[in-house]
Amino acid sequence: MWMKPVNTLLLRRRLIKPLVFALCCLPWLTLVLGGFGLAGFSLGANPVEMLLHTCGKWALNFLVITLCVTPLAHFSGWRALFAYRRMLGLFAFAYACAHLAVYLLLDQTLLWSAIAEDILKRPYITLGFSAWLLLLPLALTSTQGMMRRLGQRWSLLHRLIYPASILVAWHFYWQVKQDVREPLLYIAALTLLLGWRLAKRRSRRTAATKKAATPG
Amino acid sequence: MLIRKKPDIASSEITDSRLYFGRRRFMRSAAGLILGSALPSRLLASRPAAFNKISPSPYSTAETPNSYQDITTYNNYYEFGTRKEDPVANAQEFDPWPWSVTISGEAEKTGKVNLEDILARHPLEERIYRLRCVEAWSMVIPWVGFPLGDLLKEFQPTSKAKFVEFVTLNDPSRMPGQRVPVLRWPYREGLRIDEAMHPLAILAVGLYGEVLPNQSGAPLRLVVPWKYGFKSIKAITEIRFRETAPVNSWNQSQPGEYGFYANVNPKVDHPRWSQARERRIGAGLFAPKQDTLMFNGYAEQVASLYSGMDLARNF
Repeated sequence: MWMKPVNTLLLRRRLIKPLVFALCCLPWLTLVLGGFGLAGFSLGANPVEMLLHTCGKWALNFLVITLCVTPLAHFSGWRALFAYRRMLGLFAFAYACAHLAVYLLLDQTLLWSAIAEDILKRPYITLGFSAWLLLLPLALTSTQGMMRRLGQRWSLLHRLIYPASILVAWHFYWQVKQDVREPLLYIAALTLLLGWRLAKRRSRRTAATKKAATPG
Repeated sequence: MLIRKKPDIASSEITDSRLYFGRRRFMRSAAGLILGSALPSRLLASRPAAFNKISPSPYSTAETPNSYQDITTYNNYYEFGTRKEDPVANAQEFDPWPWSVTISGEAEKTGKVNLEDILARHPLEERIYRLRCVEAWSMVIPWVGFPLGDLLKEFQPTSKAKFVEFVTLNDPSRMPGQRVPVLRWPYREGLRIDEAMHPLAILAVGLYGEVLPNQSGAPLRLVVPWKYGFKSIKAITEIRFRETAPVNSWNQSQPGEYGFYANVNPKVDHPRWSQARERRIGAGLFAPKQDTLMFNGYAEQVASLYSGMDLARNF
Protein backbone atom coordinates (compact mmCIF):
# COMPACT_ATOMS: atom_id res chain seq x y z
CA MET A 1 0.00 0.00 0.00
CA TRP A 2 2.74 2.48 0.85
CA MET A 3 4.24 2.10 -2.63
CA LYS A 4 1.28 3.74 -4.34
CA PRO A 5 1.82 7.42 -3.44
CA VAL A 6 5.51 7.12 -4.36
CA ASN A 7 4.56 5.83 -7.76
CA THR A 8 2.11 8.67 -8.29
CA LEU A 9 4.75 11.20 -7.37
CA LEU A 10 7.25 9.57 -9.71
CA LEU A 11 4.68 9.41 -12.47
CA ARG A 12 3.89 13.05 -11.94
CA ARG A 13 7.52 14.16 -11.91
CA ARG A 14 8.78 11.95 -14.73
CA LEU A 15 5.84 11.95 -17.09
CA ILE A 16 2.97 14.31 -16.45
CA LYS A 17 5.00 17.40 -15.64
CA PRO A 18 7.23 17.14 -18.71
CA LEU A 19 4.13 16.48 -20.78
CA VAL A 20 2.37 19.59 -19.46
CA PHE A 21 5.58 21.54 -20.03
CA ALA A 22 5.72 20.36 -23.64
CA LEU A 23 2.06 21.27 -24.18
CA CYS A 24 2.71 24.75 -22.82
CA CYS A 25 5.53 25.12 -25.36
CA LEU A 26 3.27 24.37 -28.35
CA PRO A 27 2.47 28.04 -29.05
CA TRP A 28 6.22 28.75 -29.18
CA LEU A 29 6.65 25.84 -31.52
CA THR A 30 4.03 27.15 -33.96
CA LEU A 31 5.85 30.49 -34.03
CA VAL A 32 9.26 28.91 -34.59
CA LEU A 33 7.87 26.67 -37.35
CA GLY A 34 6.11 29.70 -38.80
CA GLY A 35 9.33 31.71 -38.68
CA PHE A 36 11.07 29.12 -40.81
CA GLY A 37 7.99 28.40 -42.91
CA LEU A 38 7.92 24.74 -41.85
CA ALA A 39 5.08 22.22 -41.58
CA GLY A 40 2.58 24.57 -43.18
CA PHE A 41 2.98 27.23 -40.49
CA SER A 42 3.56 30.82 -41.47
CA LEU A 43 3.89 34.15 -39.72
CA GLY A 44 1.84 35.77 -42.49
CA ALA A 45 2.29 39.11 -44.21
CA ASN A 46 3.06 40.94 -40.96
CA PRO A 47 5.34 38.62 -38.96
CA VAL A 48 6.11 41.18 -36.23
CA GLU A 49 2.42 41.63 -35.53
CA MET A 50 1.87 37.86 -35.58
CA LEU A 51 4.64 37.30 -33.00
CA LEU A 52 3.44 40.21 -30.87
CA HIS A 53 -0.19 39.13 -30.87
CA THR A 54 0.45 35.41 -30.42
CA CYS A 55 2.77 35.91 -27.43
CA GLY A 56 0.41 38.45 -25.87
CA LYS A 57 -2.63 36.25 -26.37
CA TRP A 58 -0.88 33.26 -24.78
CA ALA A 59 0.29 35.31 -21.81
CA LEU A 60 -3.37 36.12 -21.18
CA ASN A 61 -4.45 32.53 -21.88
CA PHE A 62 -1.98 31.22 -19.31
CA LEU A 63 -3.10 33.78 -16.74
CA VAL A 64 -6.67 32.56 -17.20
CA ILE A 65 -5.56 28.90 -17.07
CA THR A 66 -3.55 29.57 -13.89
CA LEU A 67 -6.59 31.24 -12.32
CA CYS A 68 -8.66 28.16 -13.21
CA VAL A 69 -6.52 25.84 -11.09
CA THR A 70 -7.99 26.74 -7.69
CA PRO A 71 -11.67 26.55 -8.69
CA LEU A 72 -11.04 23.32 -10.64
CA ALA A 73 -9.31 21.73 -7.65
CA HIS A 74 -12.10 23.00 -5.41
CA PHE A 75 -14.92 21.54 -7.45
CA SER A 76 -13.22 18.31 -8.48
CA GLY A 77 -11.43 17.70 -5.20
CA TRP A 78 -8.39 16.91 -7.33
CA ARG A 79 -5.74 18.64 -5.25
CA ALA A 80 -2.93 17.26 -7.41
CA LEU A 81 -3.70 20.11 -9.81
CA PHE A 82 -1.91 22.52 -7.49
CA ALA A 83 1.36 20.83 -8.46
CA TYR A 84 1.10 22.48 -11.91
CA ARG A 85 0.01 25.96 -10.89
CA ARG A 86 3.49 27.44 -10.60
CA MET A 87 4.52 26.13 -14.00
CA LEU A 88 1.40 27.57 -15.62
CA GLY A 89 1.97 30.92 -13.95
CA LEU A 90 5.58 30.98 -15.08
CA PHE A 91 4.48 30.23 -18.65
CA ALA A 92 2.16 33.24 -18.44
CA PHE A 93 5.17 35.33 -17.43
CA ALA A 94 7.40 33.80 -20.11
CA TYR A 95 4.89 34.62 -22.86
CA ALA A 96 4.45 38.10 -21.39
CA CYS A 97 8.25 38.59 -21.52
CA ALA A 98 8.33 37.39 -25.12
CA HIS A 99 5.48 39.78 -25.94
CA LEU A 100 7.38 42.67 -24.34
CA ALA A 101 10.64 41.65 -26.04
CA VAL A 102 8.97 41.51 -29.48
CA TYR A 103 7.51 44.96 -28.84
CA LEU A 104 10.85 46.45 -27.74
CA LEU A 105 13.18 44.70 -30.19
CA LEU A 106 11.14 44.07 -33.32
CA ASP A 107 8.22 46.48 -33.20
CA GLN A 108 10.01 49.55 -31.84
CA THR A 109 13.57 48.38 -32.75
CA LEU A 110 14.78 49.82 -29.42
CA LEU A 111 13.84 53.37 -30.34
CA TRP A 112 13.72 54.50 -26.73
CA SER A 113 12.08 57.88 -27.33
CA ALA A 114 9.19 56.20 -29.12
CA ILE A 115 8.95 53.52 -26.43
CA ALA A 116 8.86 56.10 -23.62
CA GLU A 117 6.22 58.09 -25.51
CA ASP A 118 4.14 54.94 -25.99
CA ILE A 119 4.32 53.92 -22.33
CA LEU A 120 3.50 57.40 -21.05
CA LYS A 121 1.03 58.59 -23.68
CA ARG A 122 -0.81 55.51 -24.88
CA PRO A 123 -3.06 54.22 -22.10
CA TYR A 124 -3.26 50.68 -23.45
CA ILE A 125 0.53 50.40 -23.48
CA THR A 126 0.73 51.91 -19.99
CA LEU A 127 -1.69 49.20 -18.86
CA GLY A 128 0.23 46.40 -20.52
CA PHE A 129 3.54 47.55 -19.13
CA SER A 130 2.09 47.92 -15.62
CA ALA A 131 0.73 44.40 -15.84
CA TRP A 132 4.18 43.09 -16.72
CA LEU A 133 5.65 44.99 -13.75
CA LEU A 134 3.09 43.34 -11.47
CA LEU A 135 3.95 39.89 -12.77
CA LEU A 136 7.69 40.37 -12.39
CA PRO A 137 7.86 39.98 -8.56
CA LEU A 138 5.61 36.93 -8.79
CA ALA A 139 8.05 35.20 -11.13
CA LEU A 140 11.01 36.24 -8.98
CA THR A 141 9.45 34.84 -5.81
CA SER A 142 8.21 31.63 -7.37
CA THR A 143 10.97 29.41 -5.94
CA GLN A 144 10.58 27.07 -2.94
CA GLY A 145 13.19 29.10 -1.08
CA MET A 146 11.31 32.36 -1.56
CA MET A 147 8.04 30.72 -0.53
CA ARG A 148 9.65 29.59 2.72
CA ARG A 149 11.35 32.92 3.32
CA LEU A 150 8.24 35.00 2.71
CA GLY A 151 5.92 32.73 4.67
CA GLN A 152 2.42 34.20 4.92
CA ARG A 153 3.40 37.30 2.99
CA TRP A 154 4.01 35.08 -0.05
CA SER A 155 0.35 34.30 -0.66
CA LEU A 156 -0.51 37.93 -0.03
CA LEU A 157 2.06 39.03 -2.63
CA HIS A 158 0.85 36.46 -5.14
CA ARG A 159 -2.63 37.93 -5.08
CA LEU A 160 -1.08 40.43 -7.50
CA ILE A 161 -2.10 38.00 -10.23
CA TYR A 162 -5.66 39.32 -9.83
CA PRO A 163 -4.97 42.97 -10.69
CA ALA A 164 -2.36 41.89 -13.25
CA SER A 165 -4.83 39.75 -15.18
CA ILE A 166 -7.44 42.52 -15.10
CA LEU A 167 -4.87 44.95 -16.52
CA VAL A 168 -3.89 42.51 -19.27
CA ALA A 169 -7.51 41.98 -20.36
CA TRP A 170 -8.09 45.75 -20.31
CA HIS A 171 -4.87 46.26 -22.33
CA PHE A 172 -6.27 43.84 -24.93
CA TYR A 173 -9.68 45.56 -24.94
CA TRP A 174 -8.16 48.99 -25.52
CA GLN A 175 -5.80 47.79 -28.21
CA VAL A 176 -8.52 46.29 -30.42
CA LYS A 177 -9.71 48.66 -33.15
CA GLN A 178 -13.40 47.83 -33.30
CA ASP A 179 -14.35 44.20 -32.89
CA VAL A 180 -14.21 43.76 -29.09
CA ARG A 181 -15.89 40.36 -28.97
CA GLU A 182 -12.69 38.49 -28.16
CA PRO A 183 -11.44 40.76 -25.34
CA LEU A 184 -14.96 40.77 -23.90
CA LEU A 185 -14.82 36.98 -23.75
CA TYR A 186 -11.65 37.18 -21.65
CA ILE A 187 -13.18 39.85 -19.44
CA ALA A 188 -16.19 37.58 -18.88
CA ALA A 189 -13.92 34.66 -17.97
CA LEU A 190 -11.95 36.80 -15.51
CA THR A 191 -15.15 38.19 -13.98
CA LEU A 192 -16.28 34.63 -13.36
CA LEU A 193 -12.94 33.46 -11.95
CA LEU A 194 -12.33 36.46 -9.72
CA GLY A 195 -16.00 36.80 -8.79
CA TRP A 196 -16.03 33.20 -7.55
CA ARG A 197 -13.04 33.97 -5.32
CA LEU A 198 -14.73 37.08 -3.91
CA ALA A 199 -17.95 35.17 -3.24
CA LYS A 200 -16.05 32.35 -1.55
CA ARG A 201 -14.15 34.80 0.61
CA ARG A 202 -17.31 36.60 1.62
CA SER A 203 -19.11 33.38 2.54
CA ARG A 204 -16.08 32.23 4.52
CA ARG A 205 -16.03 35.55 6.35
CA THR A 206 -19.74 35.44 7.22
CA ALA A 207 -19.32 31.87 8.39
CA ALA A 208 -16.42 32.97 10.60
CA THR A 209 -18.34 35.91 12.13
CA LYS A 210 -21.35 33.65 12.72
CA LYS A 211 -19.14 31.17 14.48
CA ALA A 212 -17.63 33.95 16.59
CA ALA A 213 -21.09 35.31 17.39
CA THR A 214 -22.42 31.93 18.49
CA PRO A 215 -22.03 31.58 22.26
CA GLY A 216 -19.71 28.69 22.90
CA MET B 1 -13.91 31.76 -68.46
CA LEU B 2 -12.39 31.27 -65.07
CA ILE B 3 -9.26 29.58 -66.34
CA ARG B 4 -7.48 32.18 -68.35
CA LYS B 5 -4.20 33.01 -69.90
CA LYS B 6 -2.47 35.94 -68.25
CA PRO B 7 -1.36 38.93 -70.26
CA ASP B 8 2.31 39.76 -70.56
CA ILE B 9 2.96 40.71 -66.92
CA ALA B 10 4.61 38.09 -64.73
CA SER B 11 7.38 39.65 -62.72
CA SER B 12 9.20 36.67 -61.30
CA GLU B 13 8.49 37.37 -57.63
CA ILE B 14 4.78 36.79 -57.95
CA THR B 15 4.87 33.52 -59.83
CA ASP B 16 4.66 31.38 -56.72
CA SER B 17 1.54 33.02 -55.41
CA ARG B 18 0.02 32.85 -58.88
CA LEU B 19 0.53 29.13 -58.87
CA TYR B 20 -0.93 28.99 -55.41
CA PHE B 21 -4.02 30.95 -56.31
CA GLY B 22 -4.15 29.35 -59.73
CA ARG B 23 -4.54 25.99 -58.02
CA ARG B 24 -7.43 27.28 -55.93
CA ARG B 25 -9.00 28.76 -59.01
CA PHE B 26 -8.55 25.47 -60.84
CA MET B 27 -10.22 23.57 -58.01
CA ARG B 28 -13.11 26.00 -58.07
CA SER B 29 -13.60 25.86 -61.77
CA ALA B 30 -13.25 22.09 -61.68
CA ALA B 31 -16.06 22.07 -59.13
CA GLY B 32 -17.96 24.35 -61.49
CA LEU B 33 -17.55 21.88 -64.32
CA ILE B 34 -18.81 19.06 -62.14
CA LEU B 35 -21.85 21.11 -61.21
CA GLY B 36 -22.36 21.43 -64.94
CA SER B 37 -24.56 24.18 -66.24
CA ALA B 38 -25.72 25.24 -62.79
CA LEU B 39 -24.06 28.59 -63.37
CA PRO B 40 -25.77 30.74 -65.97
CA SER B 41 -23.28 31.43 -68.72
CA ARG B 42 -24.19 35.10 -68.56
CA LEU B 43 -22.43 35.31 -65.19
CA LEU B 44 -19.20 33.90 -66.51
CA ALA B 45 -19.31 35.95 -69.67
CA SER B 46 -19.58 39.22 -67.81
CA ARG B 47 -16.46 38.67 -65.77
CA PRO B 48 -13.59 40.10 -67.79
CA ALA B 49 -11.25 37.25 -68.71
CA ALA B 50 -8.26 39.52 -68.56
CA PHE B 51 -7.55 43.13 -69.32
CA ASN B 52 -6.40 43.69 -72.88
CA LYS B 53 -4.51 46.90 -72.55
CA ILE B 54 -3.13 48.50 -69.43
CA SER B 55 -1.03 51.61 -69.84
CA PRO B 56 1.59 52.71 -67.33
CA SER B 57 1.05 55.94 -65.42
CA PRO B 58 3.39 58.77 -64.46
CA TYR B 59 1.65 58.76 -61.07
CA SER B 60 3.12 55.33 -60.22
CA THR B 61 5.79 55.11 -57.57
CA ALA B 62 9.12 53.50 -58.41
CA GLU B 63 9.04 51.57 -55.12
CA THR B 64 8.90 47.78 -55.34
CA PRO B 65 5.33 46.51 -55.01
CA ASN B 66 4.44 44.03 -52.29
CA SER B 67 3.96 40.44 -53.34
CA TYR B 68 0.56 39.34 -54.64
CA GLN B 69 0.48 36.96 -51.68
CA ASP B 70 0.93 39.73 -49.08
CA ILE B 71 -1.55 42.07 -50.77
CA THR B 72 -4.26 39.41 -50.99
CA THR B 73 -3.90 37.64 -47.63
CA TYR B 74 -3.62 40.60 -45.23
CA ASN B 75 -6.79 42.62 -45.63
CA ASN B 76 -9.11 44.84 -43.65
CA TYR B 77 -12.49 44.09 -45.15
CA TYR B 78 -14.99 43.68 -42.32
CA GLU B 79 -17.73 42.52 -44.71
CA PHE B 80 -15.78 39.25 -44.77
CA GLY B 81 -14.59 39.17 -41.14
CA THR B 82 -12.58 41.38 -38.82
CA ARG B 83 -9.27 39.50 -38.76
CA LYS B 84 -6.66 40.16 -41.43
CA GLU B 85 -6.78 36.56 -42.63
CA ASP B 86 -10.62 36.43 -42.77
CA PRO B 87 -11.29 38.12 -46.13
CA VAL B 88 -9.12 35.72 -48.16
CA ALA B 89 -10.82 32.78 -46.45
CA ASN B 90 -14.40 34.07 -46.56
CA ALA B 91 -14.58 35.98 -49.85
CA GLN B 92 -13.84 33.09 -52.20
CA GLU B 93 -17.49 32.13 -52.68
CA PHE B 94 -18.52 35.71 -53.40
CA ASP B 95 -19.34 36.12 -57.08
CA PRO B 96 -19.59 39.83 -57.87
CA TRP B 97 -20.54 39.46 -61.54
CA PRO B 98 -22.67 40.84 -63.09
CA TRP B 99 -22.25 44.17 -61.31
CA SER B 100 -23.90 47.53 -61.65
CA VAL B 101 -23.52 50.89 -59.96
CA THR B 102 -26.42 53.21 -59.17
CA ILE B 103 -25.66 56.90 -59.63
CA SER B 104 -27.95 59.38 -57.93
CA GLY B 105 -28.19 62.86 -56.45
CA GLU B 106 -27.03 66.22 -57.72
CA ALA B 107 -26.20 65.38 -61.34
CA GLU B 108 -27.76 65.86 -64.77
CA LYS B 109 -27.64 62.16 -65.52
CA THR B 110 -28.44 59.49 -62.96
CA GLY B 111 -29.40 55.84 -63.02
CA LYS B 112 -27.96 52.36 -63.06
CA VAL B 113 -24.85 51.55 -65.11
CA ASN B 114 -23.35 48.15 -65.80
CA LEU B 115 -19.74 47.77 -64.84
CA GLU B 116 -19.05 46.22 -68.24
CA ASP B 117 -20.22 49.43 -69.90
CA ILE B 118 -18.09 51.52 -67.58
CA LEU B 119 -15.06 49.38 -68.41
CA ALA B 120 -15.74 49.68 -72.13
CA ARG B 121 -15.55 53.46 -71.89
CA HIS B 122 -12.54 53.89 -69.62
CA PRO B 123 -9.02 52.94 -70.68
CA LEU B 124 -7.20 51.15 -67.87
CA GLU B 125 -3.96 52.27 -66.30
CA GLU B 126 -1.60 50.64 -63.88
CA ARG B 127 -1.19 52.85 -60.82
CA ILE B 128 1.47 51.67 -58.40
CA TYR B 129 0.50 53.44 -55.19
CA ARG B 130 1.57 53.41 -51.57
CA LEU B 131 -1.27 52.36 -49.27
CA ARG B 132 -1.09 53.54 -45.66
CA CYS B 133 -3.49 51.92 -43.22
CA VAL B 134 -4.73 53.88 -40.22
CA GLU B 135 -3.29 50.98 -38.15
CA ALA B 136 0.25 52.17 -39.01
CA TRP B 137 1.24 49.62 -41.63
CA SER B 138 1.73 50.18 -45.34
CA MET B 139 2.13 48.41 -48.66
CA VAL B 140 2.92 49.28 -52.27
CA ILE B 141 0.17 48.04 -54.58
CA PRO B 142 0.02 47.86 -58.39
CA TRP B 143 -3.64 48.69 -58.98
CA VAL B 144 -5.37 48.60 -62.34
CA GLY B 145 -8.02 51.25 -62.72
CA PHE B 146 -9.10 54.56 -64.17
CA PRO B 147 -9.49 58.08 -62.76
CA LEU B 148 -12.60 58.44 -60.62
CA GLY B 149 -13.12 61.98 -61.95
CA ASP B 150 -13.44 60.68 -65.53
CA LEU B 151 -16.41 58.56 -64.49
CA LEU B 152 -18.01 61.23 -62.32
CA LYS B 153 -17.86 63.83 -65.13
CA GLU B 154 -19.92 61.58 -67.40
CA PHE B 155 -22.91 62.16 -65.12
CA GLN B 156 -22.50 65.93 -65.23
CA PRO B 157 -22.67 66.82 -61.54
CA THR B 158 -24.47 70.11 -60.91
CA SER B 159 -23.13 73.08 -58.94
CA LYS B 160 -24.90 71.65 -55.90
CA ALA B 161 -22.68 68.55 -55.96
CA LYS B 162 -20.21 69.46 -53.21
CA PHE B 163 -19.54 65.91 -52.04
CA VAL B 164 -19.60 62.37 -53.38
CA GLU B 165 -20.85 59.47 -51.30
CA PHE B 166 -19.99 55.82 -51.96
CA VAL B 167 -21.87 52.79 -50.65
CA THR B 168 -20.72 49.17 -50.50
CA LEU B 169 -22.99 46.28 -51.45
CA ASN B 170 -25.32 45.37 -48.58
CA ASP B 171 -25.96 41.63 -48.75
CA PRO B 172 -25.37 39.63 -45.56
CA SER B 173 -26.14 36.40 -47.43
CA ARG B 174 -23.05 36.95 -49.58
CA MET B 175 -20.99 39.01 -47.17
CA PRO B 176 -20.95 37.00 -43.92
CA GLY B 177 -19.24 39.77 -41.94
CA GLN B 178 -22.36 41.90 -42.35
CA ARG B 179 -24.26 39.48 -40.09
CA VAL B 180 -22.24 40.91 -37.19
CA PRO B 181 -22.95 44.53 -36.24
CA VAL B 182 -19.31 45.63 -35.79
CA LEU B 183 -20.07 48.62 -38.04
CA ARG B 184 -23.36 50.03 -39.24
CA TRP B 185 -23.89 48.34 -42.62
CA PRO B 186 -23.64 49.08 -45.45
CA TYR B 187 -20.19 50.62 -45.35
CA ARG B 188 -20.19 54.22 -46.52
CA GLU B 189 -17.47 56.62 -47.50
CA GLY B 190 -17.28 60.08 -48.94
CA LEU B 191 -15.03 62.63 -50.57
CA ARG B 192 -15.29 66.33 -51.21
CA ILE B 193 -15.98 66.83 -54.93
CA ASP B 194 -12.55 68.41 -55.55
CA GLU B 195 -10.88 65.42 -53.85
CA ALA B 196 -12.94 63.05 -55.97
CA MET B 197 -11.97 64.90 -59.15
CA HIS B 198 -8.26 64.82 -58.29
CA PRO B 199 -6.33 62.77 -60.89
CA LEU B 200 -4.73 60.61 -58.15
CA ALA B 201 -8.12 59.27 -57.01
CA ILE B 202 -8.99 56.16 -59.00
CA LEU B 203 -11.54 53.40 -59.19
CA ALA B 204 -9.65 50.11 -59.26
CA VAL B 205 -10.83 46.95 -60.99
CA GLY B 206 -7.57 45.04 -61.02
CA LEU B 207 -4.39 44.14 -59.24
CA TYR B 208 -1.09 42.98 -60.74
CA GLY B 209 -2.66 43.11 -64.18
CA GLU B 210 -5.45 40.73 -63.20
CA VAL B 211 -9.10 41.12 -62.28
CA LEU B 212 -9.32 42.28 -58.66
CA PRO B 213 -9.61 39.33 -56.26
CA ASN B 214 -12.71 39.38 -54.04
CA GLN B 215 -10.82 40.05 -50.81
CA SER B 216 -9.35 43.20 -52.35
CA GLY B 217 -12.74 44.76 -53.02
CA ALA B 218 -13.90 43.24 -56.31
CA PRO B 219 -15.25 44.17 -58.66
CA LEU B 220 -14.93 47.93 -58.18
CA ARG B 221 -13.24 49.84 -55.38
CA LEU B 222 -11.98 53.29 -54.64
CA VAL B 223 -8.28 54.05 -54.17
CA VAL B 224 -7.34 57.41 -52.64
CA PRO B 225 -3.62 57.03 -51.97
CA TRP B 226 -3.10 60.14 -49.80
CA LYS B 227 -5.75 59.05 -47.29
CA TYR B 228 -5.82 56.21 -44.78
CA GLY B 229 -6.91 52.92 -46.32
CA PHE B 230 -10.40 52.89 -44.80
CA LYS B 231 -11.40 55.75 -47.13
CA SER B 232 -10.82 53.48 -50.13
CA ILE B 233 -14.23 51.77 -50.02
CA LYS B 234 -14.68 48.35 -51.63
CA ALA B 235 -17.38 46.65 -53.74
CA ILE B 236 -19.11 49.93 -54.61
CA THR B 237 -22.77 49.68 -55.66
CA GLU B 238 -23.86 53.29 -55.22
CA ILE B 239 -22.38 56.68 -55.98
CA ARG B 240 -24.35 59.71 -54.86
CA PHE B 241 -23.62 63.38 -55.57
CA ARG B 242 -24.51 65.40 -52.48
CA GLU B 243 -24.74 68.97 -51.33
CA THR B 244 -23.91 68.05 -47.72
CA ALA B 245 -21.05 65.98 -46.34
CA PRO B 246 -21.89 62.28 -46.20
CA VAL B 247 -21.33 60.28 -43.02
CA ASN B 248 -18.52 57.77 -43.36
CA SER B 249 -18.73 54.47 -41.47
CA TRP B 250 -15.64 54.70 -39.28
CA ASN B 251 -16.38 58.30 -38.35
CA GLN B 252 -19.93 57.29 -37.47
CA SER B 253 -18.67 54.44 -35.31
CA GLN B 254 -15.91 56.30 -33.44
CA PRO B 255 -15.96 60.02 -34.24
CA GLY B 256 -13.10 60.79 -31.85
CA GLU B 257 -10.77 58.37 -33.60
CA TYR B 258 -11.63 58.56 -37.31
CA GLY B 259 -12.47 61.76 -39.13
CA PHE B 260 -14.07 62.54 -42.48
CA TYR B 261 -10.85 63.64 -44.16
CA ALA B 262 -8.52 60.89 -42.83
CA ASN B 263 -5.56 62.34 -44.71
CA VAL B 264 -2.32 60.52 -43.90
CA ASN B 265 -0.59 62.84 -41.45
CA PRO B 266 2.42 61.87 -39.30
CA LYS B 267 1.84 64.87 -37.04
CA VAL B 268 -1.71 63.99 -36.01
CA ASP B 269 -1.73 60.83 -33.91
CA HIS B 270 -4.60 58.43 -33.57
CA PRO B 271 -5.83 58.84 -29.97
CA ARG B 272 -4.53 55.35 -29.16
CA TRP B 273 -1.38 55.08 -31.26
CA SER B 274 1.25 57.13 -33.04
CA GLN B 275 0.96 57.87 -36.75
CA ALA B 276 4.54 59.13 -37.04
CA ARG B 277 5.91 55.86 -38.36
CA GLU B 278 4.63 52.83 -40.23
CA ARG B 279 5.55 49.22 -40.72
CA ARG B 280 6.09 48.41 -44.39
CA ILE B 281 4.64 44.96 -44.98
CA GLY B 282 7.19 42.65 -46.56
CA ALA B 283 10.19 44.55 -45.22
CA GLY B 284 11.09 41.61 -43.01
CA LEU B 285 11.13 40.65 -39.38
CA PHE B 286 14.03 42.88 -38.41
CA ALA B 287 13.27 45.96 -40.50
CA PRO B 288 12.58 49.09 -38.46
CA LYS B 289 9.42 51.06 -39.07
CA GLN B 290 9.77 53.86 -41.56
CA ASP B 291 8.73 57.49 -41.23
CA THR B 292 5.22 58.24 -42.43
CA LEU B 293 5.14 61.00 -45.03
CA MET B 294 2.67 63.88 -45.11
CA PHE B 295 -0.27 62.91 -47.35
CA ASN B 296 1.47 59.52 -47.68
CA GLY B 297 4.13 61.12 -49.88
CA TYR B 298 1.60 62.72 -52.25
CA ALA B 299 1.82 66.22 -50.68
CA GLU B 300 3.15 67.78 -53.86
CA GLN B 301 0.00 66.76 -55.74
CA VAL B 302 -2.69 67.18 -53.10
CA ALA B 303 -1.56 69.61 -50.38
CA SER B 304 -3.21 72.53 -52.23
CA LEU B 305 -6.62 70.91 -51.70
CA TYR B 306 -6.30 71.66 -48.01
CA SER B 307 -4.54 75.02 -47.95
CA GLY B 308 -5.66 77.11 -44.99
CA MET B 309 -7.33 74.17 -43.27
CA ASP B 310 -6.49 73.12 -39.72
CA LEU B 311 -5.55 69.50 -40.39
CA ALA B 312 -5.37 68.61 -36.69
CA ARG B 313 -9.02 69.59 -36.32
CA ASN B 314 -10.11 68.23 -39.69
CA PHE B 315 -8.35 64.92 -39.17
